Amino acid sequence: MAAAFTTTTPAPNSSSSSPFLNHFRSSQSPLLQFKKTGPKPLTISCVIAKPSSVQMGSVQDESSVLQRPDSLGRFGKYGGKYVPETLMYALTELESAFKALATDHEFQKELDGILKDYVGRESPLYFAERLTEHYKRPNGEGPEIYLKREDLNHTGAHKINNAVAQALLAKKLGKERIIAETGAGQHGVATATVCARFGLKCIIYMGAQDMERQALNVFRMKLLGAEVRAVHSGTATLKDATSEAIRDWVTNVETTHYILGSVAGPHPYPMMVREFHAVIGKETRKQALEKWGGKPDVLVACVGGGSNAMGLFHEFVDDKEVRLIGVEAAGFGLDSGKHAATLTKGEVGVLHGAMSYLLQDDDGQIIEPHSISAGLDYPGVGPEHSFLKDLGRAEYYSITDEEALEAFKRLSRLEGIIPALETSHALAYLEKLCPTLPNGTKVVLNCSGRGDKDVHTAIKYLQV
Amino acid sequence: MAISTPKSTTFLKLRSQYNKPNSLFHLNSQTCIPFSLKSSSMATHAVASSTLGLSETFAKLKKEGKVAFIPYITAGDPDLSTTAEALKVLGSCGSDIIELGVPYSDPLADGPVIQAAATRALARGTNFDSILNMLNEVVPQLSCPIALFTYYNPILKRIEKFMVTVKEVGVHGLVVPDVPLEETEILRREASKHKIELVLLTTPTTPKERMKSIVEATEGFLYLVSSIGVTGARASVSGKVQSLLKEIKAESSKPVAVGFGISQPEHVKQVAGWGADGVIVGSAMVKILGDAKSSEEGLKELAEFTKSLKSALL
Repeated sequence: MAAAFTTTTPAPNSSSSSPFLNHFRSSQSPLLQFKKTGPKPLTISCVIAKPSSVQMGSVQDESSVLQRPDSLGRFGKYGGKYVPETLMYALTELESAFKALATDHEFQKELDGILKDYVGRESPLYFAERLTEHYKRPNGEGPEIYLKREDLNHTGAHKINNAVAQALLAKKLGKERIIAETGAGQHGVATATVCARFGLKCIIYMGAQDMERQALNVFRMKLLGAEVRAVHSGTATLKDATSEAIRDWVTNVETTHYILGSVAGPHPYPMMVREFHAVIGKETRKQALEKWGGKPDVLVACVGGGSNAMGLFHEFVDDKEVRLIGVEAAGFGLDSGKHAATLTKGEVGVLHGAMSYLLQDDDGQIIEPHSISAGLDYPGVGPEHSFLKDLGRAEYYSITDEEALEAFKRLSRLEGIIPALETSHALAYLEKLCPTLPNGTKVVLNCSGRGDKDVHTAIKYLQV
Repeated sequence: MAISTPKSTTFLKLRSQYNKPNSLFHLNSQTCIPFSLKSSSMATHAVASSTLGLSETFAKLKKEGKVAFIPYITAGDPDLSTTAEALKVLGSCGSDIIELGVPYSDPLADGPVIQAAATRALARGTNFDSILNMLNEVVPQLSCPIALFTYYNPILKRIEKFMVTVKEVGVHGLVVPDVPLEETEILRREASKHKIELVLLTTPTTPKERMKSIVEATEGFLYLVSSIGVTGARASVSGKVQSLLKEIKAESSKPVAVGFGISQPEHVKQVAGWGADGVIVGSAMVKILGDAKSSEEGLKELAEFTKSLKSALL
């Protein structure tokens, strides 16, 4: 079952450095080292499957020999493939196709071209001058806030990075029917967009409740040619849409590719979706070097399923001095029972194919979470986040609906950027974080989406 | 007390228990505990001497040249007292093994009928403890073994306790549809510690080599999923089942039961004719109980339906 592979590559020249290709190779490193390393050599070459191998230029030390994920798709004890047997072959097929494409230069070139000309990459790393000013202390000291502008991507969020790559992958697999689940509608819109672009049949599953609060996105998906199927079972929200998408996949697995929208689900999805978003972190490293000649000190991102956060974090997981902070939704408050703070209040279990933290009751039933932002309203979380949390490598906090709405307004006023309500959770955490940061700390926050889709929700709560 | 009296009186006695406001199956599971403690010692005696396990049942049927009839129902739909009665009805109408589904909030392998049954059962407050209490009462009255059909998360919630408690109430087997072979290590270890047979599934998309590993590891029987999809009645059974059965039997002498989609006597006969050692009928059963106007009506229809399916095997 272990998909071992070796590749040797010539030193990549700058013109062919596909963010995805190089990134995928480095993530297959069998060693995860948390000690300070010098600047990484730009020539990342061999990837060797045997755990005893050593990455070029680094020293094997007492740190754990960890693969993220291992050949069974596990991140420590998290992850795995907990799905009906009917899907097992399709998952294996998907994993093989993904690994093959990692070394397929034609694919990489095509993907790079689409990311640049269609999606609009690379996204800017923007110095938020007035937001930085806002966090300056009376003595003039404070951190520097940079926003990674994923909101400027085509369709207005980071979701498209993954959707575009998976659509291409589906075409390579010969699958012409695409299904996806969606919460806020952003992943649904991204999927409908790429299906229109590539001429694929598109079916989106969306909870009936979510369809109501994101009516604009529903219209967008239909306009783009997708069929939107309302899911009424269970709680009629994202988790139920995901369950229904999985059922559709079980039934139509031979003709259909399931574009899962986050770093959740059964292996290889958490790994694959991370790799497709890893361009975010890769660009950030380059941009940080250009702007201030160094690395970010702190990375902040909102966490629903965890895709935008993993996309930003992954590049830096091995840079121990870079702090990784994920912000979940505390809804009405952590003690209210109405939140989506999976990593803070959840317990380990199995949901939608992966072992991870999840919100469940005493009987082991999955409970309906709450957040004002549909995209964070998921009772599970990507298994890699669970792993990073247990390892202590990443920190996770949560922000209430109210705090998020304040941040939504704040960024609009201070920078003229209306952020998505999901992103607003990360922005709200700056209020708690910045007072603790030494002068000049470089903070990069993933501005994962724009908030046009949220104005009709915000109108109900905000006095402007 | 419940064990030694003739069946009909027992039925009446238990029925009156269920209809009491503080009955066994009241939402408050606190009321269940004293009752089960009282009868637990008798239950243990009864369990130890009663039904054969899954493999033993198949072995016995094979000697008799018979094919196993295996119905499935969801616990708690429309309510646990109906489930208790339904188990007895299914047993007395000739079921050889009964699969009992534990309702779950996100049943990935289930179609709309069983999904709806699970939602209704959960809405009524059905939970693991109340199901166990019910089984504690009913299992001693059954002459065929029970296998629990449950998703993994409810097991994980209480994994050590799970095996102990289900064994205590007399459950013989376990089917967990969202745990594939690679992830069964913990489950198998815990199940075999308590002599519970862990049934594994194979499907039309499973490659041959993988099927071989699965049939080697399965206990009780091999569950052959008849079609690419979730549970739910279908108009006909895929012809692929015939060739799959041949393939499996070339590899192993373990019994194979076919499930998903089977809903008519014709299907049952066909699948048995193809060489299946057992036939599983789920959604069709669940639909009868779920659609019925009353519990009594549902049980009556269930009995008639079961007999018609069973007669297809005679």
